[in-house]
Amino acid sequence: MSDSEKKKPNRRDFIVTATTAAGAVGVGAVVWPLVDQMNPDASVKALASTEVDISAVEPGQSITVLWRGKPVFIKRRTKEEIESARAVDLSELKHPEKDEDRAKNPEWLVMLGVCTHLGCVPLNDKGDYGAWFCPCHGSHYDTSGRIRKGPAPTNMEVPKYEFVNSNTIKIG
Amino acid sequence: MSDHEYTPKSKVGKWFNDRLPLLTLANHLTDYPTPKNLNYWWTFGGILTFCLITQIITGIVLGMHYVAHADLAFQSVEHIMRDVNYGWLIRYVHANGASMFFLAVYIHIFRSLYYGSYKSPREVIWIIGMLIYFLMMATAFMGYVLPWGQMSFWGATVITNLFSAIPLVGESITNWLWGGYSVDNPTLTRFFSLHYLFPFLILGLVVLHIWALHVPGNNNPIGIDIKKPSKDTVPFHPYIVIKDAFALLIFLLIFAFFVFFSPNILGHADNYIEANPLVTPAHIVPEWYLLPFYAILRSVPDKLLGVIAMFAAIFVLVILPWLDTSKVRSTVFRPIYKQFYWFLVADVLILGYVGAMPAEGLYLLIARVATAYYFVHFLVILPFLGMKEKTTPLPLSITEPVLGGSTDMAMARNNSDFKEKL
Repeated sequence: MSDSEKKKPNRRDFIVTATTAAGAVGVGAVVWPLVDQMNPDASVKALASTEVDISAVEPGQSITVLWRGKPVFIKRRTKEEIESARAVDLSELKHPEKDEDRAKNPEWLVMLGVCTHLGCVPLNDKGDYGAWFCPCHGSHYDTSGRIRKGPAPTNMEVPKYEFVNSNTIKIG
Repeated sequence: MSDHEYTPKSKVGKWFNDRLPLLTLANHLTDYPTPKNLNYWWTFGGILTFCLITQIITGIVLGMHYVAHADLAFQSVEHIMRDVNYGWLIRYVHANGASMFFLAVYIHIFRSLYYGSYKSPREVIWIIGMLIYFLMMATAFMGYVLPWGQMSFWGATVITNLFSAIPLVGESITNWLWGGYSVDNPTLTRFFSLHYLFPFLILGLVVLHIWALHVPGNNNPIGIDIKKPSKDTVPFHPYIVIKDAFALLIFLLIFAFFVFFSPNILGHADNYIEANPLVTPAHIVPEWYLLPFYAILRSVPDKLLGVIAMFAAIFVLVILPWLDTSKVRSTVFRPIYKQFYWFLVADVLILGYVGAMPAEGLYLLIARVATAYYFVHFLVILPFLGMKEKTTPLPLSITEPVLGGSTDMAMARNNSDFKEKL
Protein backbone atom coordinates (compact mmCIF):
# COMPACT_ATOMS: atom_id res chain seq x y z
CA MET A 1 0.00 0.00 0.00
CA SER A 2 1.34 3.39 -0.95
CA ASP A 3 1.55 6.06 1.71
CA SER A 4 0.62 8.92 -0.59
CA GLU A 5 -2.63 10.80 0.16
CA LYS A 6 -4.03 10.33 -3.32
CA LYS A 7 -4.19 6.62 -3.68
CA LYS A 8 -3.30 5.54 -7.18
CA PRO A 9 -4.85 2.29 -8.38
CA ASN A 10 -2.31 -0.41 -7.76
CA ARG A 11 -2.03 -3.93 -9.13
CA ARG A 12 -4.31 -5.35 -6.45
CA ASP A 13 -7.09 -2.89 -7.35
CA PHE A 14 -6.73 -3.95 -10.94
CA ILE A 15 -7.11 -7.60 -10.00
CA VAL A 16 -10.21 -6.88 -7.88
CA THR A 17 -11.86 -4.91 -10.69
CA ALA A 18 -10.97 -7.45 -13.35
CA THR A 19 -12.18 -10.36 -11.21
CA THR A 20 -15.47 -8.61 -10.41
CA ALA A 21 -16.06 -7.80 -14.07
CA ALA A 22 -15.26 -11.33 -15.21
CA GLY A 23 -17.45 -12.68 -12.41
CA ALA A 24 -20.38 -10.49 -13.45
CA VAL A 25 -20.12 -11.66 -17.05
CA GLY A 26 -19.90 -15.25 -15.84
CA VAL A 27 -23.00 -14.90 -13.64
CA GLY A 28 -24.88 -13.30 -16.53
CA ALA A 29 -23.87 -16.13 -18.86
CA VAL A 30 -25.15 -18.69 -16.35
CA VAL A 31 -28.38 -16.86 -15.51
CA TRP A 32 -29.49 -16.09 -19.08
CA PRO A 33 -30.06 -19.74 -20.17
CA LEU A 34 -32.05 -20.27 -16.97
CA VAL A 35 -34.25 -17.27 -17.81
CA ASP A 36 -34.48 -17.86 -21.55
CA GLN A 37 -35.56 -21.51 -21.20
CA MET A 38 -38.96 -20.15 -20.19
CA ASN A 39 -39.47 -18.32 -23.51
CA PRO A 40 -41.52 -19.95 -26.30
CA ASP A 41 -39.53 -22.98 -27.49
CA ALA A 42 -38.81 -24.22 -31.01
CA SER A 43 -41.79 -26.60 -31.08
CA VAL A 44 -44.15 -23.81 -30.08
CA LYS A 45 -42.69 -21.45 -32.68
CA ALA A 46 -42.92 -24.17 -35.34
CA LEU A 47 -46.72 -24.01 -35.17
CA ALA A 48 -46.60 -20.43 -36.37
CA SER A 49 -49.03 -20.67 -39.30
CA THR A 50 -52.29 -22.44 -40.09
CA GLU A 51 -54.51 -22.70 -43.19
CA VAL A 52 -58.30 -22.47 -42.91
CA ASP A 53 -60.96 -23.52 -45.42
CA ILE A 54 -63.66 -20.82 -45.46
CA SER A 55 -65.82 -22.09 -48.32
CA ALA A 56 -68.66 -23.17 -46.00
CA VAL A 57 -68.98 -19.88 -44.12
CA GLU A 58 -72.24 -18.06 -44.92
CA PRO A 59 -72.66 -14.27 -44.72
CA GLY A 60 -73.27 -13.24 -41.10
CA GLN A 61 -71.60 -16.40 -39.84
CA SER A 62 -68.44 -16.51 -37.78
CA ILE A 63 -66.05 -19.42 -37.25
CA THR A 64 -63.37 -19.80 -34.63
CA VAL A 65 -60.10 -21.58 -35.30
CA LEU A 66 -57.12 -22.22 -33.06
CA TRP A 67 -53.83 -20.54 -33.97
CA ARG A 68 -50.84 -20.55 -31.62
CA GLY A 69 -53.17 -21.78 -28.87
CA LYS A 70 -55.38 -18.75 -29.32
CA PRO A 71 -58.81 -18.51 -30.93
CA VAL A 72 -59.02 -16.61 -34.23
CA PHE A 73 -62.40 -15.27 -35.32
CA ILE A 74 -63.10 -15.42 -39.05
CA LYS A 75 -66.31 -13.54 -39.67
CA ARG A 76 -68.06 -13.19 -43.00
CA ARG A 77 -69.78 -9.88 -42.49
CA THR A 78 -73.16 -8.84 -43.89
CA LYS A 79 -73.56 -5.60 -45.87
CA GLU A 80 -75.15 -3.86 -42.86
CA GLU A 81 -72.27 -4.86 -40.60
CA ILE A 82 -69.70 -3.56 -43.05
CA GLU A 83 -71.62 -0.31 -43.45
CA SER A 84 -72.01 0.22 -39.72
CA ALA A 85 -68.28 -0.48 -39.22
CA ARG A 86 -67.25 1.95 -41.95
CA ALA A 87 -69.70 4.68 -40.92
CA VAL A 88 -68.08 5.19 -37.49
CA ASP A 89 -66.35 8.51 -36.91
CA LEU A 90 -62.76 7.78 -35.87
CA SER A 91 -62.87 10.45 -33.16
CA GLU A 92 -65.42 8.29 -31.28
CA LEU A 93 -62.91 5.48 -30.94
CA LYS A 94 -60.68 4.71 -27.98
CA HIS A 95 -58.17 3.08 -30.33
CA PRO A 96 -58.76 4.76 -33.69
CA GLU A 97 -58.34 2.37 -36.62
CA LYS A 98 -60.15 2.49 -39.97
CA ASP A 99 -62.26 -0.55 -40.78
CA GLU A 100 -60.62 -0.44 -44.23
CA ASP A 101 -57.26 -1.11 -42.56
CA ARG A 102 -58.58 -3.90 -40.38
CA ALA A 103 -60.45 -5.79 -43.09
CA LYS A 104 -58.67 -5.53 -46.45
CA ASN A 105 -61.41 -7.65 -47.99
CA PRO A 106 -64.45 -5.98 -46.36
CA GLU A 107 -66.50 -9.17 -46.34
CA TRP A 108 -63.97 -11.02 -44.22
CA LEU A 109 -62.88 -9.89 -40.78
CA VAL A 110 -60.02 -11.97 -39.37
CA MET A 111 -58.82 -11.21 -35.87
CA LEU A 112 -57.57 -12.79 -32.65
CA GLY A 113 -60.59 -13.70 -30.56
CA VAL A 114 -58.83 -12.50 -27.47
CA CYS A 115 -60.06 -9.60 -25.39
CA THR A 116 -57.21 -7.12 -25.04
CA HIS A 117 -58.10 -6.57 -21.39
CA LEU A 118 -57.18 -9.84 -19.72
CA GLY A 119 -57.38 -12.40 -22.51
CA CYS A 120 -60.87 -13.91 -22.34
CA VAL A 121 -62.72 -14.97 -25.49
CA PRO A 122 -65.47 -12.46 -26.33
CA LEU A 123 -68.94 -13.74 -27.25
CA ASN A 124 -70.29 -13.23 -30.76
CA ASP A 125 -73.51 -11.25 -31.53
CA LYS A 126 -73.62 -9.74 -28.04
CA GLY A 127 -73.13 -6.37 -26.41
CA ASP A 128 -74.14 -2.78 -27.12
CA TYR A 129 -72.77 -2.79 -30.68
CA GLY A 130 -74.32 -6.06 -31.83
CA ALA A 131 -70.92 -7.63 -32.36
CA TRP A 132 -68.64 -8.91 -29.58
CA PHE A 133 -68.91 -8.69 -25.84
CA CYS A 134 -66.38 -9.98 -23.32
CA PRO A 135 -68.17 -11.65 -20.40
CA CYS A 136 -65.22 -11.39 -18.03
CA HIS A 137 -65.01 -7.68 -17.40
CA GLY A 138 -67.58 -6.22 -19.78
CA SER A 139 -65.75 -4.90 -22.85
CA HIS A 140 -67.94 -4.13 -25.89
CA TYR A 141 -66.52 -4.38 -29.42
CA ASP A 142 -68.10 -3.22 -32.69
CA THR A 143 -68.54 -5.05 -36.00
CA SER A 144 -64.92 -4.26 -36.84
CA GLY A 145 -63.67 -5.72 -33.53
CA ARG A 146 -62.82 -2.29 -32.21
CA ILE A 147 -63.11 -1.51 -28.51
CA ARG A 148 -66.04 0.82 -27.86
CA LYS A 149 -66.86 0.48 -24.19
CA GLY A 150 -65.27 -1.20 -21.15
CA PRO A 151 -61.80 -1.74 -19.69
CA ALA A 152 -59.98 -3.19 -22.75
CA PRO A 153 -57.33 -0.75 -23.93
CA THR A 154 -57.09 -1.65 -27.63
CA ASN A 155 -59.01 -3.20 -30.52
CA MET A 156 -58.87 -6.93 -31.01
CA GLU A 157 -55.63 -7.69 -32.82
CA VAL A 158 -55.61 -8.47 -36.52
CA PRO A 159 -52.97 -11.16 -37.13
CA LYS A 160 -50.87 -11.45 -40.28
CA TYR A 161 -52.94 -13.41 -42.79
CA GLU A 162 -53.44 -13.81 -46.52
CA PHE A 163 -55.91 -15.34 -48.95
CA VAL A 164 -54.16 -18.34 -50.50
CA ASN A 165 -57.14 -18.62 -52.87
CA SER A 166 -60.75 -17.51 -52.60
CA ASN A 167 -61.57 -20.42 -50.29
CA THR A 168 -58.51 -20.56 -48.08
CA ILE A 169 -56.98 -18.19 -45.55
CA LYS A 170 -53.47 -18.67 -44.24
CA ILE A 171 -52.97 -17.20 -40.76
CA GLY A 172 -49.47 -16.42 -39.57
CA MET B 1 -33.76 -15.66 24.62
CA SER B 2 -33.99 -17.31 28.01
CA ASP B 3 -31.95 -15.42 30.51
CA HIS B 4 -30.51 -18.53 32.12
CA GLU B 5 -27.84 -20.70 30.52
CA TYR B 6 -29.09 -24.13 29.65
CA THR B 7 -27.09 -27.31 30.28
CA PRO B 8 -28.47 -30.72 29.31
CA LYS B 9 -28.73 -33.14 32.22
CA SER B 10 -27.37 -36.27 30.51
CA LYS B 11 -23.74 -36.68 29.54
CA VAL B 12 -24.65 -37.64 25.98
CA GLY B 13 -26.94 -34.63 25.75
CA LYS B 14 -24.18 -32.34 26.94
CA TRP B 15 -21.69 -33.89 24.52
CA PHE B 16 -24.08 -33.38 21.61
CA ASN B 17 -25.24 -29.93 22.66
CA ASP B 18 -21.66 -28.68 22.86
CA ARG B 19 -21.26 -29.65 19.22
CA LEU B 20 -24.71 -28.65 17.90
CA PRO B 21 -26.87 -26.70 20.38
CA LEU B 22 -30.19 -28.20 19.26
CA LEU B 23 -31.16 -28.93 22.86
CA THR B 24 -30.58 -25.30 23.76
CA LEU B 25 -32.93 -24.36 20.96
CA ALA B 26 -35.54 -26.87 22.15
CA ASN B 27 -35.20 -25.52 25.66
CA HIS B 28 -35.63 -21.97 24.41
CA LEU B 29 -38.80 -22.96 22.55
CA THR B 30 -40.36 -24.73 25.54
CA ASP B 31 -39.37 -22.13 28.16
CA TYR B 32 -40.09 -19.17 25.87
CA PRO B 33 -41.81 -16.60 28.12
CA THR B 34 -45.24 -15.74 26.74
CA PRO B 35 -47.62 -13.01 27.93
CA LYS B 36 -50.18 -14.65 30.15
CA ASN B 37 -53.15 -12.72 28.78
CA LEU B 38 -52.98 -14.08 25.21
CA ASN B 39 -56.51 -14.80 24.00
CA TYR B 40 -57.68 -17.34 21.42
CA TRP B 41 -56.92 -14.99 18.53
CA TRP B 42 -53.27 -15.78 19.29
CA THR B 43 -53.70 -19.46 18.54
CA PHE B 44 -53.71 -18.98 14.78
CA GLY B 45 -49.93 -19.01 14.44
CA GLY B 46 -49.93 -22.64 15.51
CA ILE B 47 -52.97 -23.38 13.35
CA LEU B 48 -51.20 -21.86 10.34
CA THR B 49 -48.11 -23.97 10.91
CA PHE B 50 -50.39 -27.00 10.97
CA CYS B 51 -52.03 -25.86 7.70
CA LEU B 52 -48.67 -25.44 5.96
CA ILE B 53 -47.46 -28.89 7.03
CA THR B 54 -50.79 -30.42 5.95
CA GLN B 55 -50.54 -28.81 2.51
CA ILE B 56 -46.96 -29.97 2.08
CA ILE B 57 -47.70 -33.59 3.08
CA THR B 58 -50.91 -33.93 1.05
CA GLY B 59 -49.24 -32.11 -1.85
CA ILE B 60 -46.25 -34.45 -1.94
CA VAL B 61 -48.62 -37.41 -1.98
CA LEU B 62 -50.78 -35.91 -4.76
CA GLY B 63 -47.60 -35.25 -6.76
CA MET B 64 -47.02 -39.01 -6.83
CA HIS B 65 -50.21 -39.51 -8.89
CA TYR B 66 -50.71 -36.24 -10.74
CA VAL B 67 -49.43 -35.84 -14.32
CA ALA B 68 -48.41 -32.31 -15.30
CA HIS B 69 -49.36 -32.36 -18.97
CA ALA B 70 -52.11 -30.43 -20.76
CA ASP B 71 -53.52 -33.66 -22.28
CA LEU B 72 -53.33 -35.75 -19.12
CA ALA B 73 -53.67 -33.44 -16.12
CA PHE B 74 -57.48 -33.38 -16.03
CA GLN B 75 -57.70 -37.17 -16.35
CA SER B 76 -55.01 -37.71 -13.74
CA VAL B 77 -56.96 -35.64 -11.22
CA GLU B 78 -60.07 -37.74 -11.92
CA HIS B 79 -57.84 -40.81 -11.57
CA ILE B 80 -56.80 -39.56 -8.13
CA MET B 81 -60.45 -39.02 -7.20
CA ARG B 82 -61.72 -42.39 -8.44
CA ASP B 83 -58.89 -44.93 -8.52
CA VAL B 84 -56.15 -44.00 -6.08
CA ASN B 85 -56.69 -45.42 -2.58
CA TYR B 86 -57.99 -42.56 -0.42
CA GLY B 87 -57.12 -40.24 -3.31
CA TRP B 88 -60.45 -38.44 -2.89
CA LEU B 89 -59.66 -37.78 0.76
CA ILE B 90 -56.14 -36.54 0.16
CA ARG B 91 -57.19 -34.26 -2.69
CA TYR B 92 -60.17 -32.84 -0.80
CA VAL B 93 -57.95 -32.18 2.22
CA HIS B 94 -55.44 -30.41 -0.05
CA ALA B 95 -58.06 -28.37 -1.93
CA ASN B 96 -60.05 -27.38 1.16
CA GLY B 97 -56.80 -27.07 3.10
CA ALA B 98 -55.90 -24.10 0.91
CA SER B 99 -59.15 -22.38 1.89
CA MET B 100 -58.63 -23.22 5.56
CA PHE B 101 -55.08 -21.87 5.31
CA PHE B 102 -56.38 -18.55 3.98
CA LEU B 103 -59.22 -18.43 6.52
CA ALA B 104 -56.62 -18.79 9.28
CA VAL B 105 -54.20 -16.31 7.71
CA TYR B 106 -56.92 -13.65 7.38
CA ILE B 107 -57.85 -14.08 11.04
CA HIS B 108 -54.14 -13.93 11.92
CA ILE B 109 -53.66 -10.71 9.90
CA PHE B 110 -56.76 -9.02 11.31
CA ARG B 111 -55.60 -10.03 14.81
CA SER B 112 -52.40 -8.14 14.09
CA LEU B 113 -54.36 -5.15 12.84
CA TYR B 114 -56.57 -5.08 15.94
CA TYR B 115 -53.81 -5.43 18.52
CA GLY B 116 -51.17 -3.41 16.64
CA SER B 117 -48.77 -6.34 16.41
CA TYR B 118 -47.18 -4.80 13.31
CA LYS B 119 -45.87 -1.79 15.24
CA SER B 120 -42.36 -1.19 16.55
CA PRO B 121 -40.45 -3.33 17.40
CA ARG B 122 -42.26 -5.98 15.32
CA GLU B 123 -42.14 -4.43 11.83
CA VAL B 124 -39.86 -7.13 10.41
CA ILE B 125 -42.14 -9.90 11.66
CA TRP B 126 -45.00 -8.14 9.89
CA ILE B 127 -43.12 -7.67 6.62
CA ILE B 128 -42.00 -11.31 6.56
CA GLY B 129 -45.62 -12.21 7.25
CA MET B 130 -46.75 -10.16 4.26
CA LEU B 131 -44.14 -11.92 2.08
CA ILE B 132 -45.54 -15.23 3.26
CA TYR B 133 -49.05 -14.04 2.45
CA PHE B 134 -47.97 -12.96 -1.04
CA LEU B 135 -46.24 -16.29 -1.69
CA MET B 136 -49.34 -18.08 -0.40
CA MET B 137 -51.47 -16.27 -2.98
CA ALA B 138 -49.03 -17.15 -5.76
CA THR B 139 -48.86 -20.78 -4.63
CA ALA B 140 -52.63 -21.12 -4.33
CA PHE B 141 -53.15 -19.53 -7.74
CA MET B 142 -50.70 -21.91 -9.43
CA GLY B 143 -52.17 -24.88 -7.58
CA TYR B 144 -55.64 -23.99 -8.83
CA VAL B 145 -54.33 -24.15 -12.41
CA LEU B 146 -53.03 -27.72 -12.08
CA PRO B 147 -56.36 -29.65 -12.45
CA TRP B 148 -56.59 -28.02 -15.92
CA GLY B 149 -60.32 -27.38 -15.75
CA GLN B 150 -62.09 -24.40 -17.30
CA MET B 151 -61.61 -22.18 -14.24
CA SER B 152 -57.97 -23.28 -14.00
CA PHE B 153 -57.31 -22.32 -17.59
CA TRP B 154 -59.21 -19.05 -17.67
CA GLY B 155 -58.11 -17.99 -14.22
CA ALA B 156 -54.53 -18.52 -15.36
CA THR B 157 -55.22 -16.58 -18.55
CA VAL B 158 -56.70 -13.59 -16.74
CA ILE B 159 -54.06 -13.44 -14.01
CA THR B 160 -51.05 -13.87 -16.31
CA ASN B 161 -52.52 -11.25 -18.62
CA LEU B 162 -52.21 -8.77 -15.73
CA PHE B 163 -48.55 -8.54 -16.71
CA SER B 164 -49.45 -7.54 -20.27
CA ALA B 165 -50.54 -4.20 -18.77
CA ILE B 166 -46.88 -3.28 -18.27
CA PRO B 167 -45.95 -0.73 -20.95
CA LEU B 168 -43.51 -1.80 -23.73
CA VAL B 169 -42.35 -5.13 -22.32
CA GLY B 170 -45.77 -6.45 -21.23
CA GLU B 171 -46.25 -8.82 -24.15
CA SER B 172 -42.71 -10.24 -23.97
CA ILE B 173 -43.18 -10.86 -20.26
CA THR B 174 -46.49 -12.68 -20.70
CA ASN B 175 -45.03 -14.82 -23.52
CA TRP B 176 -42.10 -15.59 -21.26
CA LEU B 177 -44.43 -16.56 -18.40
CA TRP B 178 -46.50 -18.76 -20.71
CA GLY B 179 -43.64 -20.26 -22.68
CA GLY B 180 -45.79 -19.68 -25.75
CA TYR B 181 -48.46 -17.36 -27.10
CA SER B 182 -51.19 -18.47 -24.73
CA VAL B 183 -51.62 -20.52 -21.57
CA ASP B 184 -50.71 -24.05 -22.66
CA ASN B 185 -48.67 -27.10 -21.74
CA PRO B 186 -45.41 -25.21 -21.02
CA THR B 187 -47.36 -22.97 -18.63
CA LEU B 188 -48.83 -25.97 -16.83
CA THR B 189 -45.49 -27.73 -16.33
CA ARG B 190 -43.74 -24.64 -14.95
CA PHE B 191 -46.66 -23.88 -12.65
CA PHE B 192 -46.41 -27.43 -11.30
CA SER B 193 -42.69 -27.03 -10.69
CA LEU B 194 -43.13 -23.70 -8.89
CA HIS B 195 -46.22 -24.86 -7.00
CA TYR B 196 -44.03 -27.62 -5.57
CA LEU B 197 -41.22 -25.20 -4.71
CA PHE B 198 -43.04 -22.27 -3.12
CA PRO B 199 -44.36 -24.04 0.02
CA PHE B 200 -40.74 -24.74 0.98
CA LEU B 201 -39.89 -21.06 0.50
CA ILE B 202 -42.88 -20.28 2.72
CA LEU B 203 -41.56 -22.78 5.27
CA GLY B 204 -38.21 -20.97 5.28
CA LEU B 205 -39.93 -17.62 5.75
CA VAL B 206 -42.01 -19.11 8.58
CA VAL B 207 -38.78 -19.99 10.38
CA LEU B 208 -37.61 -16.37 9.96
CA HIS B 209 -41.07 -15.12 11.03
CA ILE B 210 -40.85 -17.10 14.27
CA TRP B 211 -37.21 -16.18 14.80
CA ALA B 212 -38.07 -12.50 14.39
CA LEU B 213 -40.98 -13.01 16.79
CA HIS B 214 -38.76 -14.51 19.46
CA VAL B 215 -36.52 -11.45 19.54
CA PRO B 216 -39.03 -8.96 21.04
CA GLY B 217 -41.47 -11.70 22.13
CA ASN B 218 -45.22 -11.80 21.61
CA ASN B 219 -47.42 -8.77 21.57
CA ASN B 220 -50.50 -9.18 23.77
CA PRO B 221 -54.13 -8.03 23.92
CA ILE B 222 -53.33 -4.86 25.87
CA GLY B 223 -50.33 -4.19 23.68
CA ILE B 224 -47.93 -2.92 26.37
CA ASP B 225 -44.29 -3.85 26.69
CA ILE B 226 -43.72 -6.46 29.36
CA LYS B 227 -40.67 -7.76 31.13
CA LYS B 228 -39.67 -11.31 30.25
CA PRO B 229 -39.68 -13.53 32.14
CA SER B 230 -41.81 -11.96 34.87
CA LYS B 231 -45.14 -12.23 36.67
CA ASP B 232 -46.69 -11.21 33.35
CA THR B 233 -45.45 -14.26 31.47
CA VAL B 234 -45.91 -18.00 31.42
CA PRO B 235 -43.62 -20.56 29.75
CA PHE B 236 -44.70 -21.58 26.25
CA HIS B 237 -44.85 -25.19 27.33
CA PRO B 238 -47.22 -26.42 28.63
CA TYR B 239 -49.46 -23.34 28.90
CA ILE B 240 -49.55 -22.09 25.32
CA VAL B 241 -49.00 -25.50 23.77
CA ILE B 242 -52.14 -26.91 25.36
CA LYS B 243 -54.19 -23.83 24.48
CA ASP B 244 -53.00 -23.92 20.86
CA ALA B 245 -53.78 -27.64 20.70
CA PHE B 246 -57.33 -27.04 21.92
CA ALA B 247 -57.88 -24.26 19.38
CA LEU B 248 -56.45 -26.48 16.65
CA LEU B 249 -58.98 -29.19 17.50
CA ILE B 250 -61.87 -26.73 17.12
CA PHE B 251 -60.36 -25.54 13.84
CA LEU B 252 -60.08 -29.16 12.67
CA LEU B 253 -63.81 -29.65 13.30
CA ILE B 254 -64.55 -26.89 10.78
CA PHE B 255 -61.89 -28.24 8.40
CA ALA B 256 -63.37 -31.74 8.62
CA PHE B 257 -66.86 -30.40 8.03
CA PHE B 258 -65.79 -28.98 4.67
CA VAL B 259 -63.76 -32.04 3.67
CA PHE B 260 -66.43 -34.60 4.52
CA PHE B 261 -69.74 -32.80 4.06
CA SER B 262 -69.27 -30.12 1.40
CA PRO B 263 -65.88 -30.60 -0.24
CA ASN B 264 -66.82 -28.68 -3.39
CA ILE B 265 -68.73 -25.77 -1.91
CA LEU B 266 -65.68 -23.48 -2.03
CA GLY B 267 -64.77 -24.46 -5.60
CA HIS B 268 -66.46 -23.82 -8.94
CA ALA B 269 -68.49 -26.36 -10.93
CA ASP B 270 -66.82 -25.09 -14.12
CA ASN B 271 -63.55 -26.63 -13.01
CA TYR B 272 -65.01 -30.09 -13.57
CA ILE B 273 -65.05 -29.25 -17.29
CA GLU B 274 -61.72 -29.80 -19.01
CA ALA B 275 -59.87 -26.67 -20.15
CA ASN B 276 -61.01 -25.38 -23.54
CA PRO B 277 -59.08 -22.46 -25.07
CA LEU B 278 -62.01 -21.63 -27.39
CA VAL B 279 -64.69 -21.06 -24.77
CA THR B 280 -64.52 -18.70 -21.81
CA PRO B 281 -66.91 -19.58 -18.97
CA ALA B 282 -69.74 -17.06 -18.62
CA HIS B 283 -68.52 -15.84 -15.27
CA ILE B 284 -64.88 -16.06 -14.23
CA VAL B 285 -64.23 -15.71 -10.53
CA PRO B 286 -61.09 -16.46 -8.58
CA GLU B 287 -61.15 -18.47 -5.39
CA TRP B 288 -62.88 -16.69 -2.50
CA TYR B 289 -59.66 -15.66 -0.77
CA LEU B 290 -58.56 -13.52 -3.71
CA LEU B 291 -61.92 -11.82 -4.27
CA PRO B 292 -61.23 -8.48 -2.49
CA PHE B 293 -58.18 -7.90 -4.69
CA TYR B 294 -60.10 -9.00 -7.77
CA ALA B 295 -62.81 -6.45 -6.92
CA ILE B 296 -60.16 -3.71 -6.68
CA LEU B 297 -58.73 -4.76 -10.05
CA ARG B 298 -62.11 -4.59 -11.74
CA SER B 299 -63.25 -1.37 -10.11
CA VAL B 300 -60.68 0.68 -12.05
CA PRO B 301 -61.76 1.25 -15.66
CA ASP B 302 -58.18 1.45 -16.97
CA LYS B 303 -56.19 -1.74 -17.50
CA LEU B 304 -52.78 -0.60 -16.26
CA LEU B 305 -54.19 1.46 -13.38
CA GLY B 306 -56.39 -1.46 -12.33
CA VAL B 307 -53.35 -3.72 -12.07
CA ILE B 308 -51.41 -1.04 -10.20
CA ALA B 309 -54.30 -0.54 -7.77
CA MET B 310 -54.45 -4.26 -7.08
CA PHE B 311 -50.75 -4.56 -6.29
CA ALA B 312 -50.87 -1.30 -4.33
CA ALA B 313 -53.59 -2.81 -2.15
CA ILE B 314 -51.06 -5.41 -1.03
CA PHE B 315 -48.18 -2.97 -0.85
CA VAL B 316 -49.96 -0.59 1.56
CA LEU B 317 -50.12 -3.52 3.95
CA VAL B 318 -46.35 -3.98 3.73
CA ILE B 319 -45.66 -0.35 4.71
CA LEU B 320 -48.44 -0.32 7.32
CA PRO B 321 -46.02 -0.02 10.29
CA TRP B 322 -45.07 3.43 9.02
CA LEU B 323 -48.57 4.49 7.96
CA ASP B 324 -50.04 3.98 11.41
CA THR B 325 -48.54 6.81 13.45
CA SER B 326 -50.16 5.87 16.77
CA LYS B 327 -47.72 4.69 19.44
CA VAL B 328 -50.48 2.82 21.25
CA ARG B 329 -50.63 -0.74 19.94
CA SER B 330 -53.86 -2.25 21.17
CA THR B 331 -57.19 -1.05 19.77
CA VAL B 332 -58.60 -1.59 23.26
CA PHE B 333 -57.20 1.84 24.17
CA ARG B 334 -58.05 3.56 20.86
CA PRO B 335 -61.81 4.34 20.93
CA ILE B 336 -61.92 6.04 17.52
CA TYR B 337 -59.60 3.65 15.72
CA LYS B 338 -61.74 0.80 17.01
CA GLN B 339 -64.63 2.06 14.89
CA PHE B 340 -62.45 2.50 11.81
CA TYR B 341 -61.07 -0.99 12.36
CA TRP B 342 -64.53 -2.49 12.04
CA PHE B 343 -65.27 -0.25 9.03
CA LEU B 344 -62.18 -1.76 7.37
CA VAL B 345 -63.33 -5.29 8.19
CA ALA B 346 -66.72 -4.50 6.67
CA ASP B 347 -65.05 -2.83 3.68
CA VAL B 348 -62.92 -5.89 2.92
CA LEU B 349 -65.94 -8.20 3.26
CA ILE B 350 -67.92 -5.96 0.90
CA LEU B 351 -65.04 -6.00 -1.59
CA GLY B 352 -65.01 -9.79 -1.37
CA TYR B 353 -68.73 -9.92 -2.03
CA VAL B 354 -68.75 -7.59 -5.05
CA GLY B 355 -65.64 -9.38 -6.36
CA ALA B 356 -67.80 -12.47 -6.77
CA MET B 357 -70.58 -10.55 -8.53
CA PRO B 358 -70.62 -9.35 -12.17
CA ALA B 359 -68.74 -6.07 -12.68
CA GLU B 360 -71.71 -3.94 -13.69
CA GLY B 361 -74.35 -1.54 -12.40
CA LEU B 362 -74.70 -1.19 -8.66
CA TYR B 363 -72.00 -3.81 -7.94
CA LEU B 364 -69.45 -1.79 -9.85
CA LEU B 365 -70.41 1.38 -7.99
CA ILE B 366 -70.12 -0.37 -4.62
CA ALA B 367 -66.76 -1.84 -5.66
CA ARG B 368 -65.46 1.62 -6.52
CA VAL B 369 -66.58 3.18 -3.25
CA ALA B 370 -65.16 0.25 -1.26
CA THR B 371 -61.85 0.39 -3.17
CA ALA B 372 -61.55 4.12 -2.50
CA TYR B 373 -62.32 3.60 1.18
CA TYR B 374 -59.72 0.83 1.44
CA PHE B 375 -56.97 3.20 0.34
CA VAL B 376 -58.35 6.12 2.37
CA HIS B 377 -58.22 3.94 5.47
CA PHE B 378 -54.52 3.19 5.09
CA LEU B 379 -53.25 6.36 3.47
CA VAL B 380 -55.37 9.05 5.14
CA ILE B 381 -57.20 7.83 8.24
CA LEU B 382 -54.36 5.86 9.85
CA PRO B 383 -51.63 8.55 9.58
CA PHE B 384 -53.88 11.37 10.81
CA LEU B 385 -55.80 9.44 13.44
CA GLY B 386 -52.54 8.42 15.11
CA MET B 387 -51.67 12.09 15.61
CA LYS B 388 -55.10 13.32 16.71
CA GLU B 389 -56.69 10.49 18.66
CA LYS B 390 -56.91 10.73 22.44
CA THR B 391 -56.21 7.25 23.74
CA THR B 392 -57.39 5.89 27.08
CA PRO B 393 -54.71 5.31 29.77
CA LEU B 394 -52.56 2.21 29.44
CA PRO B 395 -52.11 -0.15 32.40
CA LEU B 396 -48.59 -0.51 33.79
CA SER B 397 -48.57 -4.27 33.52
CA ILE B 398 -50.73 -7.20 32.52
CA THR B 399 -51.34 -8.21 36.11
CA GLU B 400 -52.51 -4.74 37.14
CA PRO B 401 -56.06 -4.76 35.75
CA VAL B 402 -56.45 -8.45 36.56
CA LEU B 403 -55.46 -8.19 40.22
CA GLY B 404 -57.30 -4.89 40.60
CA GLY B 405 -60.45 -6.90 40.04
CA SER B 406 -61.68 -4.39 37.47
CA THR B 407 -61.02 -3.51 33.88
CA ASP B 408 -60.99 0.12 34.92
CA MET B 409 -57.25 0.73 34.80
CA ALA B 410 -57.39 4.06 36.56
CA MET B 411 -59.10 2.50 39.54
CA ALA B 412 -56.56 -0.26 39.70
CA ARG B 413 -53.69 2.17 39.50
CA ASN B 414 -55.08 4.24 42.37
CA ASN B 415 -55.52 1.23 44.54
CA SER B 416 -52.52 1.76 46.84
CA ASP B 417 -53.17 -1.42 48.70
CA PHE B 418 -52.73 -3.31 45.52
CA LYS B 419 -49.69 -1.37 44.41
CA GLU B 420 -47.74 -2.68 47.35
CA LYS B 421 -48.49 -6.21 46.33
CA LEU B 422 -46.92 -5.56 42.98
